[in-house]
Amino acid sequence: MEQILTQNFKVLNACRLNAYLGREGYKSLHKLFSQQSSQIIEEVKKSGLRGRGGAGFPTGMKWGFIPKDPGSPVYLCVNADEGEPGTFKDRALLEKDPHRLIEGIIIAAYAIGAREAFVYIRGEFYRPYKILEAAVSEAYANNFLGKNILGRGFDLDIYIHRGAGAYICGEETSLISSIEGKRGYPKIKPPFPAVKGLFGRPTIVNNVETLAALPFIISNGAAAYAAIGTEKSKGSKLISVSGHVARPGVYEIPLGLPLITFINEYAGGIRNGKRLKAVIPGGSSVPVLTSLEAKDVLLDYESLASKGTMLGSGGMIVMDESVDMVKALKVLVDFYHHESCGQCTPCREGSGWLKKIMDRIESGHGRDGDLDLLINVSDNMMGKTICVFADAMAMPVKSFVTKFRKEFEDKIN
Amino acid sequence: MTDDMNFTLSKEGEEKIGTLLKRYPSTRAALLPALWLVQDEAGWISDEAAEYVAAKLDLPAAEVYGTLTFYTMFNRRKLGRHHIEVCTNICCWLKGSEEILTYLKAKLGINEGETTEDGKFTLSTVECLGACGEAPMMMVDLEYYGDLTHDKIDEILKSLN
Ligand SMILES: Cc1cc2nc3c(=O)[nH]c(=O)nc-3n(C[C@H](O)[C@H](O)[C@H](O)COP(=O)(O)O)c2cc1C
Ligand code: SF4
Ligand code: FES
Repeated sequence: MEQILTQNFKVLNACRLNAYLGREGYKSLHKLFSQQSSQIIEEVKKSGLRGRGGAGFPTGMKWGFIPKDPGSPVYLCVNADEGEPGTFKDRALLEKDPHRLIEGIIIAAYAIGAREAFVYIRGEFYRPYKILEAAVSEAYANNFLGKNILGRGFDLDIYIHRGAGAYICGEETSLISSIEGKRGYPKIKPPFPAVKGLFGRPTIVNNVETLAALPFIISNGAAAYAAIGTEKSKGSKLISVSGHVARPGVYEIPLGLPLITFINEYAGGIRNGKRLKAVIPGGSSVPVLTSLEAKDVLLDYESLASKGTMLGSGGMIVMDESVDMVKALKVLVDFYHHESCGQCTPCREGSGWLKKIMDRIESGHGRDGDLDLLINVSDNMMGKTICVFADAMAMPVKSFVTKFRKEFEDKIN
Repeated sequence: MTDDMNFTLSKEGEEKIGTLLKRYPSTRAALLPALWLVQDEAGWISDEAAEYVAAKLDLPAAEVYGTLTFYTMFNRRKLGRHHIEVCTNICCWLKGSEEILTYLKAKLGINEGETTEDGKFTLSTVECLGACGEAPMMMVDLEYYGDLTHDKIDEILKSLN
């Protein structure tokens, strides 16, 4: 497969404009400005690109939700919050190929009619922030940003906005609240951001990786992108793999690659000759797979869904036979309990309950009925809250307890 | 109350706030960037500093506190000269973060949340920092250090003064 997102990862100084221009950087803009925004949206629809932030929503379709005569302004928000445990692919893009992201931002902004884009980058990403800031300055100095870009009559400003340590701010409505200077509380949808978002204006929130795929799609055409991947999961995807593999890191795959092939051929297999026990395929919020389930699943939206899990952010966490699944779940539950924003009762109370039960099981004081209680509390958290954070906590809990029940029982008895 | 407050930013800092106020359609949106300016200069955000920001942005102080306390990276107390933050989330845990934390606690003679007596180091734990491929990892003053071992930690601590 042709490398799309990672093609410059090994190029010296690819974060600098000169190196990027030497690699056909910003080439898509000439084609972009010679077309109507509606044609660009059509092209992205045809490419089959789906959001890489976790939900997998078709990008072109989302752009189409911006009202027809929105007035001005319309905003683009770039989600560089990357807080989902196991996920570190956006950081790789920001550090190694920031101009690809900027080119993608120009394309998306042109398509939706935005003249201002806000990049929301998590506060801990100071180094990527500095690299992106330098790249944005270079882009301004060479008229890829600012007024009348390349003399084609389109204006665009990019502002980088730093977060300050809150996982929930990765959720799009929370991200918007945070840019507005408020606590990062998610809001009820509808209204969706495309209708009423940042400062009450129509807004599109897109993930870094989603935007970074756009230059290829515009330069090479939707068909070239759609030729990669499967019927419904088109294109390439970054997988960040961590845990017990020989070569953890960020890899680009054609969607539809067998999970086991990925682990063995990309990530170097399980380290120290140990055996695979479990895989969380798409960031900590998606249901875990047993080694048996992992054997015949493909890395694409549909195949993972058929196994009851999700591609999510592509943050793959690999666990070998030595892992204590009870302790692993306790670590996850502590995280979600810490990060719940507390607005909704089922999430606030449920996360507290789950933590209390996991604490006692893990410390050897579990009670009869605790496992059913974990499942029961999780069920009561799902589908009842302002944002899907509560589901993101409940799903791993249910899957761990159901699939590794014996280990939990042994800890209680 | 704005006249007799004792916190002020540097001249550059004040100018930057001025620029921020022009960037957003609402002054409130300049709040997080303004708080970052304060923390970058002072290392933490005191009550005086929060009220200074409230005055600059023409916001009620209560709203500034409301936002400020939501975000874990804004320090509400003075920390040691170097802030060591060890990731203990799932991927780092799988690669031995518990042991890394134990080593740091013993080496510095403090628990998490504490500062060494000489005021040099504060030790904390944090959630996933988006660097799970280099687990176990930690952040010191916004700088990332991965693939930690005892030797590597010794070296890092020695390099900080
Ligand atoms: C709790 C929670 C955390 C999220 N964190 C992130 C994140 O860190 N980065 C991201 O791009 N999307 C995150 N999302 C998804 C966003 O809400 C949104 O769907 C995404 O940014 C849309 O961009 P895309 O369509 O390009 O994927 C999160 C969602 C939830 C519910
Ligand atoms: S589900 Fe949880 S995180 Fe989401 S808004 Fe409700 S309380 Fe906050
Ligand atoms: S779990 Fe430690 S950096 Fe992600």
